[in-house]
Parts: sequence; structure tokens; C-alpha cells
Amino acid sequence: MARIWTRQAVLRALDDAMTDDPTVILMGEDVAAAGGPFKVTEGLLAKHGPQRVIDTPISEMGFLGAAVGAAVCGLKPVVEIMFIEFLGVALDQLTTQAATMRYLSRGKLTTPLVVRASAGAGQGFGCQHSQMLDHWMRGTPGLKLAVTSNARTTYGLLRSAIEDPDPVVVLEPRLLYSEREEYEFDPSYRIPLGKAETVRAGTDATLVTCGAMTRVATEAAANSEASVEVIDLLTLWPWDRKAVLESVARTGRLVTLEEATASAGWGADVASTVATELFGALKAPPHRITLPDAPVPYNGALEARYLPNAAYVAEQVAALISTNKSPAPWWRNVA
Amino acid sequence: MTLSNSNSPLARREALNNRVEQLRRMVEIRSIENRIQKLFAEGHVRGSTHLANGQEAVAVGVARSIDPDDVLTCTYRGHGHALALGVTPAGVIGEICGRTIGCAGGLGGSMHLVEPSVGLLPTAAIIGAGLPIACGAAMAARARNNGRVAVSVFGDGSANIGAFHEALNFAAVQKLPVVFVCENNLYGEYSRIELTTPIEDIAIRAQSYAMPGVIVDGQDVDKVAEAMTEAVARARSGGGPSLLEMKTYRYSGHSRSDPATYRPAGELDAWLKRDPIVLFADRLMSEKAIAADGLEQIQSEMNEAIEKVVAEVLDSPPPPLSEMFAHVSAQSPGGDQRFEFWRK
Repeated sequence: MARIWTRQAVLRALDDAMTDDPTVILMGEDVAAAGGPFKVTEGLLAKHGPQRVIDTPISEMGFLGAAVGAAVCGLKPVVEIMFIEFLGVALDQLTTQAATMRYLSRGKLTTPLVVRASAGAGQGFGCQHSQMLDHWMRGTPGLKLAVTSNARTTYGLLRSAIEDPDPVVVLEPRLLYSEREEYEFDPSYRIPLGKAETVRAGTDATLVTCGAMTRVATEAAANSEASVEVIDLLTLWPWDRKAVLESVARTGRLVTLEEATASAGWGADVASTVATELFGALKAPPHRITLPDAPVPYNGALEARYLPNAAYVAEQVAALISTNKSPAPWWRNVA
Repeated sequence: MTLSNSNSPLARREALNNRVEQLRRMVEIRSIENRIQKLFAEGHVRGSTHLANGQEAVAVGVARSIDPDDVLTCTYRGHGHALALGVTPAGVIGEICGRTIGCAGGLGGSMHLVEPSVGLLPTAAIIGAGLPIACGAAMAARARNNGRVAVSVFGDGSANIGAFHEALNFAAVQKLPVVFVCENNLYGEYSRIELTTPIEDIAIRAQSYAMPGVIVDGQDVDKVAEAMTEAVARARSGGGPSLLEMKTYRYSGHSRSDPATYRPAGELDAWLKRDPIVLFADRLMSEKAIAADGLEQIQSEMNEAIEKVVAEVLDSPPPPLSEMFAHVSAQSPGGDQRFEFWRK
């Protein structure tokens, strides 16, 4: 086993995919000559050449649209959006054009496109470079959406996304690029899209999460007196209803841990599904731990409070289990 | 006479090599659009339609200058381009009436016509969307070394959206085999061009992107084809992209609900004097390719044939409810049965 940086897993997944399939190309700002702003494409230009590793203008609508056309016409483009917020100027090409290509052509045209983007808070990038923004895409028919949570899931999800015949967005929590873990690369390793993983087994509550919050959830569960099951959704759309419902049917309690604002978070869909499907079997109301409905603050102390940490999550889960009532979020006493 | 002699999009496309057939296709486009207005009044059409009557020479001039293997993106004002490229009258009228025999199975509507077998990607209802997509189609053509060219057709209104500038810039930097065709019909939706655009000729914007910018008489099908042929040859031989500006005019308003009362007096009449169908019919008469009453004869035959297609469409079934869930993703009903048209 080697200690692998998450950024190395991105690089390795891209490199292996390009080696296996000559139609895979990379496009994005500074991905070729500079090796990528996060160094996740370093060396790929030299290895795979300028026809396949393409530096683009700072022009997301243009190059994401070009990736859509290239995908429809026989390539498999992997587009890097440096910060997920930059997708805002190009969203039409993804959610309106790529996502409807198969539908409008009645299956004759497909868009095997991957959009990778760094996302998430925790590094002092301020409110325009720190959001997850999965709600911009989640629920779009024709589009799939995955979130990585460590080196292994990064490799497994990216390889599956690149092989998928439909457009897939992979959000990579930027905070994790410089995290390391024990992991041995296996070029055949894949995580099927739409499948969640049980990261830790438990009996008192099911903590459903994804992305950078997965390690927060795992740490909270490890420090918890109660027995908490942790599920990493991995794919946010379409999400693994079966895995969540099976777990909550056993534990009787659902907690979602989301790096998403309270009013737009994916947990609302999960909580509603669980409440509807398991109404009589629940010991407590579905409970959501989210970000407040506020922009990401720059100040370090404020940003640290803004993001749920393991101690806060453990406290919330313990309160839910002991009272069978939803505890108030921390900002109830502030805002 | 049956409509353009064939029901196959590819055969209809190949028929365009004949000059009389080109005239027939222009008449077909005009007659079908007129009939669509009537179908709307009769309650068979929903939502909106965007007619291109007056712009038929651009559609036919473009279609006759590219191969069926080439790829074309187009806006929601696409009835003419779809028919010119080879989509059948039943495919177009059926789609607009929301029937299974429509080219998108009745799931797309007037703004979303598609026919991969003749290179037509789904026409887009978003201004400017097709230009970057054409760049990508050109990238794929180059990477696969299949000699194909991508064409993007859009209006003067599209020349002010970011996608236009981003696509021209990207195509120029990458030297892509793409031809940008701007149909300058003087109006972006309800607004005349001088209200929204500080220049009269969109073609001059090509200078900023280091590519040829050519102003073309869009009412003359031969002039359209001549400019297209040169730009396509340039693209195919590795010379990079071009911007062609077709000076043309739409006789109708922006969409069904727009009576176009904002037009200056006399403008429509002046353009009607250079009607693309009449211009081309006169030329074919002087070439002795059609008789003196050739145009009238084609028009009356066409109207008769279209009535037959309309009857066929109105007799045909609407899509079943299950079609709503088909072809959304590879996991949907219908499966992954893509027609890999770049492998032809």
C-alpha cells in the first residue's frame, strides 16, 4: 500500500482512461502546458500530446459547448472547470444542450462527456470560489452527478464517469486534493454510478453524506457513544434510494450531513423519501445537518463555524438519538 | 408527383444536386411553413413556431454545398434547414403536430428538429447554443480524420451573445473545420438590428477572430452556394473557419404571436420584390430548365402533395405515455441504441 494524494488519484484516473481509450480527450484552462492549476493533469500533455490535452481560452461557454459537440461526434471529452462557480457562464451547454441530446434524438445521439470541477469550502477562497452548487445540476433529467470523497472514490468514480455513455458531472472537493490515504491503484477498479457505500456499520442512526463531509461523518460516528451507520452517497443524481431505505429501515433514524445550504440541499429529497417510505418505522423525524442559508464567509473563524465539524455532527446525532426530536441548528441562536 | 420524389432523408438530400429540385425544395419549404400557420389556426400545433419564409435560399444554398456526412447545428428557426438537409415533410409537419411520425417522435416540437442521417443535430431553442457545439463537432472530425466539416447556422441576434464570440475565438485558435453562417434577417426577435447591434454588417466581426468574413446575397441561392462552397473547401483542406453573413429577410414576425407591426413602412414590400423563389425561378426559366409557367406548376403540385402529408400526419398516432420516459439516459426504456453516424 502506498500513501496516495487525492490529486494523484485524479491524475492517475485521467492518465489510465486516456491510455485505455484513444477517444478520451482533456480540455480546460491551463490543463496542458501548465499541468493544471491543482496539478491534476501534470505530465499528460507530454504523454498524450496536444491533440488530446487541450489548453482552452478562459471561455467556459465556448469550450464546454465544444466538448458537447465533440462528444456527440465520437470523442469522450473530460472538461475541467477550475472552480465549480465558473460553470455558471456555461450552464446552458450542460443542463440544456448535453442533457437533452439523447432525448431529442430519440436515442440516436449521446453525449459521453465528463465535467470535472473543484468545489467546496474550507480554504479561505471566499464566497465565489467555495460552493458545491450541486443543486444547479441535481435533478436534471439526462445528467448524472457524482461527488468524490477520497483517493479511492476519486479513481473509481472518474473511471466510471468517463466510461458512461451520458454526460456526468464529477465534483471534487478541493479540500481533499492535498489529503493522503493508503490506497493501491488498480486500473480495473470502478465505482458504479448510482451506488452508495456503507462506510461504517451501525444500529442507532443512519448518517447519509457525501464529498468532504464523509470524513467528518466518519469521525463523528467514531467518537459517538451511539452506534451510527455512515453512508457515502457518491452519486447525488440519481441517488441510491435502496441503500438509504434499507439502512434507515434497520436503524429507525435518518440524519443527512450536507455541504449545502439548508434550503437547497439534496438532503431535503432524501428526508422526504425516507419520511414517505418509512413513515411508521421511524423512531425520530428525519434530521438534516446543513450549511446555513448564507454565502461562504472568508474569515477563517467564521468559515470554520460555517462548515459542520465532527464535534457538532456528533452532538446533533446524540441529541436526535436521546430525544427522538430534531435538534436546532447552531445558527438558530445567532441569526 | 410525390414530394421531392422520395421519403428517405438521404435520397432527398442527394436529389438537391438537381437545380430544378433546388427550386422545388424552396417552394416546399415556403408551402409547408404557410400550411403550418394554418395548422396552428386549426388547433393542431401547440406552443410556438418560428417561420423563416423569405429565407429559403439560405437553407437550400447551404444544404446543396455540404455533404450528408457533414454536421450542422441550427437555431429554433429551423424548418427550412431541416427540409433542405433532407428531413421529410412528414418528419417536419409530424413533429410540429406532436405525432410519432415526427423526426423527434413528437417529443421535440417545432424548435427541436433532428435527423442524424443527414448530419442535423437537434436544433436548439437557446440563442447561440449551436456555435460552440459545431466547434466540437469539427474537433471530433479532425481527431477522427474523417474529413467532415461542421456548419453552424444562426441569426443576427446570436451575434451579440457570448457563445458567438467564444466559438469564433475557439475555432480560430484551434483552426477548426467549421463554417459559421449568420442569417442576418435584420431582426432579433422583435427588435430591429440597429437597436441591439452597433454595426450593420456582422461579417466584420470575423476580423477580430482572424478569419474570412464574407457578406453574401442571401436571397440568391447560387450566391449562397458559391460562398458556402469556398468556405467549406477552405475548412476541409485545413484552412480553418469562416464567417458568412447572409443578408436576408423574414416575411413573418419573430414567432406566431408576433404580427411584426414594428417594421418600417415599405420594408417588407421592398424585400418581396427580391423574393428568393421568384429570383431563382426566373433564372431557371432563362436557363430553359423550367417552362414559363414552371413555378406555378411546381407550387400547385406541391400544395397538393403537402395536403396528402398533412392528412397522413393527422391520421397518425400521438406518442404513447411511455415515450415520455424513453431515451432520457442509457438506463431509460429504449436503451442505448445510438446510431454512431461518425462511423458511416
